[in-house]
Order: sequence, then structure tokens, then C-alpha cells
Amino acid sequence: MNNSPNKPDTGPEIGPASTMAGNEDPRLVSRRWFLFKASIALNGIVGVVLAVPIVRYLLSPWRKDASYKSWISLGSADSFPTGETRLAFYKNPSAHPWDGQTDNVACYVRRMATDQFRVFAINCAHLGCPVRWFPQSQLFMCPCHGGVYYADGSRASGPPERGLFTYDWQVVSGELRIDAGQMPTLSNTAKLVKVSLGQGDGSCQG
Amino acid sequence: MNPTPRRQRPGGERPGAVKCIYDWFERRLQLEGPVKDAALHQVPRDTASWWYVFGSAAFTLFLLQIVTGILLALVYVPSAGQAWNSLNVLNHQIELGWFLRALHGWGSNFMVAIVLIHMAQVFLFGSYKFPRELTWILGVFLLLMTLGMAFTGQVLRFDQDSYWGLGIGASIVSRVPFIGGGLVHLLLGGPIIAGDTLSRFFALHVFIIPGALLLFAALHIWMVLKLGINEWPMPGRLVHRATYIAEYNKLAHEDGIPFIPGAFWKDLVFSGAMLAAVAVCAFVFGPFGPSGQPDPSIIQTVPKPDFFFLWIYTALAYLPPEMETPFMLIAPLLAIALLLVIPFWAGEGEKSWHRRPVAVLAVSTIAICFGVLTQLGTTTPWSPHMNAWSSDTIPVHYLKTATPLVRQGAVVFQAKQCRNCHSIGGVGGQRGPALDDVATRMTIDQLRFKVVTGGGNMPAYGKNLSAAEVTAVVSFLETLHPANEPPAYDAARRAVENAHGLPAPAAPPAGSPASPAANP
Repeated sequence: MNNSPNKPDTGPEIGPASTMAGNEDPRLVSRRWFLFKASIALNGIVGVVLAVPIVRYLLSPWRKDASYKSWISLGSADSFPTGETRLAFYKNPSAHPWDGQTDNVACYVRRMATDQFRVFAINCAHLGCPVRWFPQSQLFMCPCHGGVYYADGSRASGPPERGLFTYDWQVVSGELRIDAGQMPTLSNTAKLVKVSLGQGDGSCQG
Repeated sequence: MNPTPRRQRPGGERPGAVKCIYDWFERRLQLEGPVKDAALHQVPRDTASWWYVFGSAAFTLFLLQIVTGILLALVYVPSAGQAWNSLNVLNHQIELGWFLRALHGWGSNFMVAIVLIHMAQVFLFGSYKFPRELTWILGVFLLLMTLGMAFTGQVLRFDQDSYWGLGIGASIVSRVPFIGGGLVHLLLGGPIIAGDTLSRFFALHVFIIPGALLLFAALHIWMVLKLGINEWPMPGRLVHRATYIAEYNKLAHEDGIPFIPGAFWKDLVFSGAMLAAVAVCAFVFGPFGPSGQPDPSIIQTVPKPDFFFLWIYTALAYLPPEMETPFMLIAPLLAIALLLVIPFWAGEGEKSWHRRPVAVLAVSTIAICFGVLTQLGTTTPWSPHMNAWSSDTIPVHYLKTATPLVRQGAVVFQAKQCRNCHSIGGVGGQRGPALDDVATRMTIDQLRFKVVTGGGNMPAYGKNLSAAEVTAVVSFLETLHPANEPPAYDAARRAVENAHGLPAPAAPPAGSPASPAANP
């Protein structure tokens, strides 16, 4: 194409272009090519050997959900009044010193009866935004796309496909504990969930 | 050029010192030849046009982003614990730190915009056709990387929007079948959005994507030089693989001008104007954020993505649930595949937009959709107004002559957060319909039914309201109609009540005292 209409007239150039092994011994030439190919193969092997640890390093966060999760205390079970939904906080178990405030995770605790709890993730089941609890109307509302959930976590309206994510809980010597440590997403139920009322169940495995 | 013995000028005149230094470098670098080739190559005369300035402007803005990015990196701390603080130090304590942040932020917006305009222009001018298919394909990747820079840059502005934007990203990735969970871990660098997340987005934004962008942009420009700038498309001048190159060369040589200065001065003017525009916007409007701290325990937040992702945010609000996962996962791949296939699908033929109605229609449709969705994304009519119930009062004239029951209903209406989704007097959420004239649309029985059972996008309040509260709020809603328009009433019910000698409800004469809150 039209790249060098005014190319200046240059003299003989220094460089590899002009000399070719015109009258060299073909055996010598083929040996050079063999060495060239062997050196490429050597680098290929070293590359593969190096790639294994590099790929493993890159994939290191890809772990089983269980390895990220553990039982975390939300404080005394008595601090959650029966019949009410309260915001609670915990520190994510896999915290680094440089996480700042990002490992302060919030969740909602609803105490239905003395020994009956339900712990909801704060993340909307649609796209993970933080839902807000309105005790007056007994609804959770999401500020992002307007997902609404009833007090039991089941879907009330809006784009979410399911109810709020819940954590497994247990009460051990008066302390409410939840099995947490991972941002809840749809990843364990990536299939579509039929939208209907009363689908608040489903744990925070994801 | 190659090292040649120092030439003696005619007349024995010795070259000046500057020339000597230039020659010393040139003999070693040997750049003069290629640079002259690039600068002076012939381009078709019509391409010296203001329509051909967007590519160079995009590259200029990219250079601005590199320079301002490096300058910000002198201060920015890529640590989840300190990033937000360091941005505030940049904004408030370091001299002109706010201006550098503003330049980088506005430069980003301008760069995305110019890249999109450039893409639309080369598409409408048929530039992607033979032999420039690969130039287009690299351009598609350059667009994706530019958007990648915009998103990762938004993450580096580590504030509430950035934090929850990452949450949205993770939620989208989590919908990938089978490996969604693992991909979320890879995206976040761990189980939650935390220090590891910011570190990897820093690496992406500062090393990986810009490195690839530079390489791709260099190849893109190299091909523009090697293949020549696309000629001005003329209706009826068709591209044929067999003859195009000869035709182009003929055009460039017979009706061509050297790229510099003939065409390039317009590029320079436009690039300079864009840089000036970025500087003016930065100076006048200032930097973007950071908004609140990236603390997930602060839930009083209304996260929103940056400008160029608002349209996705809107689409995700309006799609029916069963369409969402396919849209999120398949539509982007299809769109990219379509862009990559275009030069092979339509690699020959007509270049002029005058004879490519589908191309014009496609670009206009996309532009209109982008505009409408972005506009909706800035107002988010689908989001409840979280504070409307406590901050937006009901206009006084609605309640001036109201009965105690109606007033109690207004209290229930506010206290139960109805206002978060329903506006009255133009104030309040827009998730549900405005209720200023709801009584003209629904009878009292329909209102009661809707409140109790919900339906559509309305939650059912049956469990959350007492019977007395329902009666009160429905009485209030019944008063919401214009003064000259009576509320809807159920004719059958009135007939029954008349037959039993009960007082007839509803249908009072417009503006009568029986309709105390009739809107003026």
C-alpha cells in the first residue's frame, strides 16, 4: 500500500538482510536449524513448567465455599427481641489487616420465637445491593432496582427471582452464631428460580 | 537511514551544533526514514476532513489518561483500608490534587465518548471493509478495553458506589452456570469484596489493561499507516477484493495529499480542543467523588454506576426476571461476536451511508436506546425513594378539609412507606403509579383489594396493616381525585345499596364538600 512514496534513497544497509548462507555446507545449515528448533523447544518446556505454578497462583482464590466459611458469633441471642428484625454486624472470618472497613459485614436477624431465628443476608437476591428494613410496613426494600421482600424474606415484588438469602444459624451457650464468610450470590442456584411468593428459603451457600 | 560519513556541505560550510547533535542521534536511531514515511504518505484528499479526527483524539485522551494516571499513582494508596482516605487527601490536602483527579475522571468520560463516536463514524463510512477488517477487530477490542478501564477505574475510586458496583458485578458473574461461584472468587480475589479485590483491580487498571491497550492501539495505528486511511465513501463506488487496493492507490496518488500537514492539522486542532474541554470540565465541575466510605455496614446508600454503565443498570431494572440471566450472560457475547463478524459478513460492497439504510438505522437505534436508557438511569423511576415516607410531606391542601379518618389514613400512608414508591403532588417514589388521581381509576373496593393483596409490583399489605389501618388508608386514597372529576364508583354496588335503603357512597358532585381533599 501507499506507505512510502518518498522513501529516501538509502545506501547499502547494515543488517541481516543481505547475507544468506548461499554456499555453506547444507549439513552445517541443517544443524543450525536443529539447534534453533531445539532452543525453541527448550523454552517451550520451561514455559510450561513455569505456567503451572503461575496458573495455580492465579486460581488460588477459586476455592470450595466451605473453606471460606465458619461459625461466627453475632452476640448474645437475648439481644434480639422476639418478633423483631434487627441489623447485626460481624467481622468476616477471612480478614486481612488492610481490608479496612470492608470486612464489617451486616445481616438482618429476625427472631420469630425464643428458639427460632432467621438470619438474612443484606444483599438483594437480584444484584447484591443492600436492602433496607422498614419495621413500620414490615418490608425489606432494595434501593437499586426496587426489589421488595416480606418480613420472612420471601419475595414481595420487583426484579428479584427469589427471596432473601439466609444464613444457617445455631445458638451455642446463649450466643447466636451464623455460618458465614462469603458474599451470598446466586452462584449455587444459577438456574432460574420460578418467581412466586413465599420463596424466602435458600441458604447462603453461594 | 544508515550511518554515513559526515558530509561536507558545498562551499565548505560546517554544519551547526544542533545539526551535529541531531545527526549523532539519527545515525544511531535511524528513525528519520520511517517517521518521514509515516508523515508524508499520500492520503486521499477527501480524508482531510473533520469527520476523520476522532481516532487521533481518542489516542490523545488515552495519553492524557496515562499521564494523569501516573501522577495520581504518586499519591493513591491501593489498599482497601486506605484508598478512600488517600482520595480525600488528594481532593482536599494536596495542592491541585482535586484538579488531577478531575482531569483523570473527565478524561475517562471523554475517552469513552470519543471512542464510541469514532466507532460509529468508521462504521457509517464502511471503513471496516476489505482490507481493514483487522483494524476494525482490534478496534472492537480497544473499545472493550476502554470500557474495562472505565469500570476498573470506578472500582479504584473505592467508595460506596464502587463497593456496591462490585457487588453487582459479582452478582452478574455468579449467574454463569456451573463455574459462577469460582468466577466470583476470581473476580473478588476471595469470598467477599475486600483488600484482595481492590489489589487485583488496581493491577488490572494500572498494568494489565493499559498494557494491552497500548499494544493494541499501536497495532491499530500501524495498520492505518500501512493500509491507508479509508477514502471518503462515494455512493456507487463498491469495494471488490480484487481491485480495491489498486483503486485506492490510484486515488491516493492522483488525488492525494501528504498526511502532514494536509490532513493532520485538523487532528491536532480537534485533539487540542478535546484536551481543553477536559480541562474546562475538570476545572468547572471538579472530580468525581469519592462518595461515602466503602463500609458494607453502612446500608443507607443508594448505589449507582458511572455514566457509561447506567444503561445496563436501567436494562436490568426493566427486564422480566426470566430474561435477566440470558441478557447478562448471552447478550454481551452475542454483541461482541456480531461486531467481530461484521467485516467478514459485509467485507465488500457499498461503503456510503447513503446506500446502507440498515447501518444507519442500527447506529441510530443504538444511539437512541443508549440515550433513553441513560436518561432513565439518571432518574431511576424504578427505585423506591428510601426517605420519602419520612421526608416528603403530603401537600396541605390535600388534607385541609379532610375528616379525621382521612387524616389518619394519610398518616398510615406515610408511616407504612407507601410514599417510597408512590408520589403525591409530584413528590415521592416513582416505582408505582402517582396517586394524585387514583380515586378516579379505582373504586373503593378495588383500592382495598389492591392494598391488601398487592399484585404486579405492589407488595401485599394484608399482613402488615390492621383492618382499621386499611380502612383509613383507603378512605384517604378515595379522596385523591381532581376537583372536577368524581371518584370511580361501583354502579352495581350503588344499586344494591339503594335497594336496601342505605346511603349511597361515592359519586358526589365534583368539588362538593363531600369530597374534601379534591385537588385544586
